[in-house]
Amino acid sequence: MTDTSAEQKTTVSMTVDGRAVEAVPGEMIIAAAERAGTYIPRFCYHPRMRSVGMCRMCLVEVVGPRGPQLQPACYVPVAEGQEVITDSPAVKKAQDGVLELLLINHPLDCPVCDRGGECPLQDQTLTFGPGETRFVEEKRHWEKPIPLSSLVLLDRERCIQCDRCTRFADEIAGDPLIDFVGRGDHTEINTFPDQPFASYFSGNVVQLCPVGALTAEPYRFKARPWDLEQVESTCTSCSVGCRVAVQSSGNRITRRLGIDADPVNQGWLCDKGRFDYEAVNGDDRLRAPLSRSGDTLGETTWGEALGKAADALAGARDRHGPASIAVLGGARLTNEDAYAWSKLARVVLGTDNVDCQLADGLPAEVVLGLPHATIDEACEADTVVLLTADVKEELPVLYLRLRGAAVAGATNLVELSATTTGLTRYATTSVRYRPGEAAEAARQLVAGGAVTGDKVVCVLGRPSLAEQPDSVIEAAGVLLDAVPGIRFLSGLRRANVHGALDMGLAPGLLPGRVAAADDGGWFAGAWGTLPETEGLGAAGILEAAAAGRIQALVLLGADPLADVPDRDLAQRALAGAGFVLALDGHLTASSRQADVVLPVVLHHEKPGTATNLEGRVTRLGQKITPPGSSRPDWMVAVELASRLGGDLGLETLDQITDEIATLAPAYEGITRAALAAAHDGLLAGRDDASAHEAPPTMSSAEHPEVHAAAALGETDIVASEPIAVRETPEPAAAKPPTLRHRPAGRTATPPATDSYSLRLVSSRALYDEGTLVQHSPSLAHLGRGAAVRVNPAELERLGVTDGAQVRVSSSRASLTLLVAVDEGVPRGVAALDYNQAGPGAADLIDIATAVTDVRVETV
Amino acid sequence: MTATARTSVVFARMGDPEAHQLDRYVATDGYEALRRALAMTPEQVHETVTTAQLTGRGGAGFGTGQKWSLLANTYPRYVVINGDESEPGTFKDRQIMERDPHQVIEGALITAYAVRATRVFLYVRGEMALAQERVGQALADAYAKGYAGDNILGSGWSMDVVLHWGAGAYVVGEETALLESLEGKRAFPRIKPPYFPAAKGLYQQPTVVNNVETVATIPWIIRNSGETYAALGAGRAPGTRIMCLSGHVNRPGNYEVEAANITFRDLLFDPSLGGGIRNGNQLKAFIPGGGSAPWFFEDQLDLPLDPGPVGAEGSMLGSGAVVVMDDTTCAVRAAWNLVRFYAHESCGQCTPCREGGSWLEKIMFRIEAGEGRLEDLDLLLDVGDTIAPGPFPHASWPEKGLAASPFPYKMTTICFVGPSAVVPMHSALTRFREEFVEHINHRGCPKGSAHR
Repeated sequence: MTDTSAEQKTTVSMTVDGRAVEAVPGEMIIAAAERAGTYIPRFCYHPRMRSVGMCRMCLVEVVGPRGPQLQPACYVPVAEGQEVITDSPAVKKAQDGVLELLLINHPLDCPVCDRGGECPLQDQTLTFGPGETRFVEEKRHWEKPIPLSSLVLLDRERCIQCDRCTRFADEIAGDPLIDFVGRGDHTEINTFPDQPFASYFSGNVVQLCPVGALTAEPYRFKARPWDLEQVESTCTSCSVGCRVAVQSSGNRITRRLGIDADPVNQGWLCDKGRFDYEAVNGDDRLRAPLSRSGDTLGETTWGEALGKAADALAGARDRHGPASIAVLGGARLTNEDAYAWSKLARVVLGTDNVDCQLADGLPAEVVLGLPHATIDEACEADTVVLLTADVKEELPVLYLRLRGAAVAGATNLVELSATTTGLTRYATTSVRYRPGEAAEAARQLVAGGAVTGDKVVCVLGRPSLAEQPDSVIEAAGVLLDAVPGIRFLSGLRRANVHGALDMGLAPGLLPGRVAAADDGGWFAGAWGTLPETEGLGAAGILEAAAAGRIQALVLLGADPLADVPDRDLAQRALAGAGFVLALDGHLTASSRQADVVLPVVLHHEKPGTATNLEGRVTRLGQKITPPGSSRPDWMVAVELASRLGGDLGLETLDQITDEIATLAPAYEGITRAALAAAHDGLLAGRDDASAHEAPPTMSSAEHPEVHAAAALGETDIVASEPIAVRETPEPAAAKPPTLRHRPAGRTATPPATDSYSLRLVSSRALYDEGTLVQHSPSLAHLGRGAAVRVNPAELERLGVTDGAQVRVSSSRASLTLLVAVDEGVPRGVAALDYNQAGPGAADLIDIATAVTDVRVETV
Repeated sequence: MTATARTSVVFARMGDPEAHQLDRYVATDGYEALRRALAMTPEQVHETVTTAQLTGRGGAGFGTGQKWSLLANTYPRYVVINGDESEPGTFKDRQIMERDPHQVIEGALITAYAVRATRVFLYVRGEMALAQERVGQALADAYAKGYAGDNILGSGWSMDVVLHWGAGAYVVGEETALLESLEGKRAFPRIKPPYFPAAKGLYQQPTVVNNVETVATIPWIIRNSGETYAALGAGRAPGTRIMCLSGHVNRPGNYEVEAANITFRDLLFDPSLGGGIRNGNQLKAFIPGGGSAPWFFEDQLDLPLDPGPVGAEGSMLGSGAVVVMDDTTCAVRAAWNLVRFYAHESCGQCTPCREGGSWLEKIMFRIEAGEGRLEDLDLLLDVGDTIAPGPFPHASWPEKGLAASPFPYKMTTICFVGPSAVVPMHSALTRFREEFVEHINHRGCPKGSAHR
C-alpha cells in the first residue's frame, strides 16, 4: 500500500520501537505498525470499520510533549516524526491489565466454544496476556445463548463488548438492529424489543466477533477449527462473485467465510452466500442418473443414461435437423462447463438454440456489448444510475458497496425504479416509473439534470419480470446518448450468468463476447464448424417446444417451471418437447418431468473459473468430493460428444481453461498462471488499460480474521503447482472483435393502461423458492411469502384491510393471494415477489405481452 | 474567617421563594444584563468575561473566557449548557435551576451572543423533575416576553434555546458524552483528541459546553463589570463559588463564598457555614471537590479554597462538593460506596473502566463483608494501576504536589469515570490501610452495621 513513487513525498516518516517506518498519511498507528511487522494486539479495531478505541488492547506509548503517553494505536493517526513504543513495561502492563480485565468475567468455556482454537481472545491472551487471573469473585451471569435472529445466537457471558457487531450492523449493513444495553459491567449487546436482528448480512457479525459470543445456527457445534480444511473460492450464490474461504470437515462443507477482496466484497458476505452451502451437503442431492420409465424416474447407470440421451439427441439432429435441439440454462456452470456445452451445441449438435438466461434477464448483446464498469468504478462515480431490480434483494454485497459509497459521499445514487428499493433511502434522486415507461423516465431524468459528472455508471439489470425489457434497454440508450463516457455494471443476478454468456451460451454468440456474425472464420476454423443460422433465445425455444418443434431439450441446471416468468409457457414447453435431458444437483419441478436426469457436481465440488457481473474472472476451489457418481457438466458434454461421434478436443479442465484463454478474445491473457497470481481475479474484455492495473489491495494476510482462518488449511490449491499449458492451435483467421452494442432509439410505445387494472411489478427477494435456498434448512423458512403489495390508497379503494385475501387476475390466471399495504408501491402498481411459495407472479405473466396488468378484487 | 465570606452573586435571589417567576426575576435586575450585553459587541462581552477571570464550575475549572477563545472559526456553532449535575456530593446546579432558572437562561443567551453561536442547548439531568418543570416554564415565559427567540429585546438578534431532558446517567456530565446524548445516541464519551468540543462538538461543529453555575454567574458580571467580579475572592480563581457541603457537619447545604478567601476549616467549622462536625465528633476525612476528588484530612484543613494550593496538595476543588466524614465513618465502607457508584455508572465503553471498576467494587465489598484477604490490598492498588497507571495523587503521600503526582494522572480509559473509581479506594487504602487490615483480620467491619 505504500506508494513512494509519486514525485512528492507522500508518506509519513515515524518510528516504531526505534525502527524507521514509512506510513500512509491518515492511517492509524496500528495499521502502519502492522505493515512494518509489529503486530499490536487488538479486539475492537477492524480496518473496514470506524475506529472506536474501546477495548484499549492496542494501547501503545506515543511520545509527546509530556513524554510517552498511553494512546490507542487504532485511534491515533500517524504523524511525521512520531515515536511509537510498543514494547515498554508500561505498554506491557497495560496489555496484561486489559487482558486480565477482559477475562475476569469471561466464562473460559473454551473447550465447548465454537471459537476455541481460532479465538483472538485466546490467541492474544497466550501471546500478550498474564498467565493467570487474580479474580476470585463469581463471574457475571447471563442466560446463554439468546437468539438475535433465526441465524445468529449471542452468548453474552463470552462477549467482550468490542462494538464490532454493532458497528457492522449500523455502519456497513445499515441495519442498526443490535446495540449496547445497560451500563457498567452489565453492559450487553441485544436487540430492541420485538425486533430481531433480521439483517441479510447478520452472518458477518459471527465472523467479526473476536470471541465466541456470536455463533451461527448452521455452524454451531458442527466442527472444531483445527479439524477444518479450507480452500479459497468464489461464492456463486449470485453474480457479485464474493471471495470466500470454504471450509470442510469430513467431506462436508461446514462453513463459508468472507475474504477481503478489495475490489469486490471487502470481507463481507450476505447470509444466503454464507449459509446456502447446506444445499450442497444435503441428503437430497442427486447421486445417480435417473431415467424415465413410464411415469416414474428410476436410478440407472451413467452408461445407460448417457446412451439414452445420446440416442435422443442424435435422433433429433439426424431426423429433424439441428434446429430441433435446444439447450437452456448454464448460469450454474463454471466457465469451463459452459465453454464445453457451448462448443458441444455448435460443433456436435449443430444447434445455436442455446440460452443461459430464462427470459428473465437482458439480451446478450446488451449485457456484453455496452462499456463495462467495475464495482469500484461505480463506487467512485460521480453518479450511479440504478436501473435494475432491488440490489439489496438480488445482489446483496453490491448493495453494501453502493450503500457504503453513498453514505461516505463518494458517489451519488440516482434511482429509476417502479417501487422503492433497499437503496432508495440512500439515493439523492429516486424516480418512480410505471412498468413499460422506463425510457421516458430516463429522458426526464436526463433533462432534469440529475445525471451529473463525467464519471457515470449505470447498474443495468432486469427491474421486473412482469415487464419485457425493451423500455429498460431503450432507457440505457437514452443514458448512453446523454453521457458518452457512461459505463454499465450488469445487474443480472444469476450466479455465473456472465461467465455463461462470455462462453457463448446465447444465440448468435461465441465465446469471448464474439457475435457469430463477426466470427470471420476464427471459431469456424478452430472448432471446424459453426451453425449456419442464428438460433432461438429462451422465449423462442420455449415457444418452439410448446409447438412441438423441439425434439430434444437440454436443461443445464435450469428449472423453467420456477424461473421462466411465464409458468404456463414453461409447462407447455416441457410437455411439448420430444425428449428432455436435465443436468442438475437436485431434482426440481422441471427435472421431475425430464426423460433423463444426470447428477452433476455443484460448487465447492469442482475447480474451474467463474466470471462475476464486472467481468471479473476468478478461480473456484474444490473442497469436497461430490456425492454418488455426480460428474462435472463439462465432462458430460465431452462424453455426449463422443457418443454422438464428435470430439470436442477437450480432455481435462485445464485444457478448457487454456483453450478459452487462447480462443476467446475477451479472455486473452486470462491464463491459469495469470489467474493463480491474481488474488482478486482478472477483468475480462476491458479495452482500457486502467482496468488491469489492480488497485492496492489488502491481502488476507493483513486481516487477522481471514488470516487466522487461512492458517487452518491450504488456502491455495493451484498456485504452487507448475502450470503446463497445452497449446491450442490458433486458426488462420484474424481474432474477431468483441461485441459492441448501441441500443436503438425509440422502440416501444408505452402500453396503455386502464383505470381498473394495476400494473404488475415482480422481482426477487433474497430468500425465495430457489433450489439453493430451499435445500438449505437454515434459510428455507426465511422467504416472506407471496403477498401482493399495493399502495394504501388502492387498499382503501378496494375496501379491504391489510392482510386480507384478494383475487389477483391477469390475462393468464386468477389467483387468491394475501394483500399487504406498502407505501413504497405507487398507485396504479401492484408488486409481487417472484418465486415465493405457492402460485404467484409466474402464473400471472404472459411473456408475449410487454407489461402485465392485473386486477385486484375482493374475494 | 471574615464576615464577608458569604457573598451573593449567583445566589442573590435565594431569599425569594418566588424568584423563579419571570416578574420576580425582572424586578430584581433580571434580563438587564442581557439588554446591556446586546448593546455591546460580542467581543466586548467576551472580553468582560475574560477580565472577570471566571472559571468553569463543572469540575475542570478551565477559564471560561479562554474556553470561548478556542472555538474554531466555523459555523454553525453551538452553546451547550451542562445541567447534568451528578457528581456525588454536588447539588448546586439543581438549586440554581429550581430557584432561579431565568438566571441560567439569561447567562446562556449572553454566552451565545458572545461566541456568535447558532443555537443554545440546555441539557437538564433526567432525575431533576422540579428543575425541568421550572426551567421549562421559565423558558416558555422568556419566549413569550421576548427575552428569547426572535428579535430579542428588539435588538434584531435572535436565539433559540433547545431544552433536553437527560435519561439518567452520571457519565453524561462528561461533556462529550453529553454531546453524544444530545445527538440522540448512547452517552459514550468521545476520545480526545480529536473530539475537543471547541473544535468538533455537537454534530461535529464547534461547541462551547458550559456548566449551569458558570453561565448563571455571567449576568452579574455583565451588570457589575469583569473587574468587580475579579476583585471578589482571591487566588487562581477569583470571584465567588458555591460550595456544596454535605456529610457529617451540623449545617450541610450550598454556600456561596468568595472561595479563596476562606479555608476548608472555615467552611466546615464557621457557625455561618458548616457549623462544625456533628455530635462533637472528630473529623476523619473530607472530599474537597466531588466524589472523584482524592480525599483530604486534618492536615489540609487550613488550605484556602483555591484550585492552585488544593491541586498542589494532590486533589481538586472539582465541582465544589465537600463531603465530610467524621470519626464514626468506616473508611472501607465509605470508599466502597463511592467505588460502587463509579462502577455502576461506567458507560461500559472501555474495558478498564467497565471491568476494572466493578472488580474494585467486588473486592472492596468482600473486604467490608469479611471475606477479604491480605493480598487483596495489593491487588486493589494493582487493578487501580491498570486503570490509572503510575503515581496517583493523594494528600497523604509524603511527597506532595504535581511533581509527585502529575495531574491529570495517566489513564488507560477514555474518560475520567474509570480513574474516579480508583480515587476513593486509593485515598482510603493509602491513609487507612490499618482499617482494611482490621476488616480482614476481624472478618468483617469492626464497626458492625451501626455505622451504616
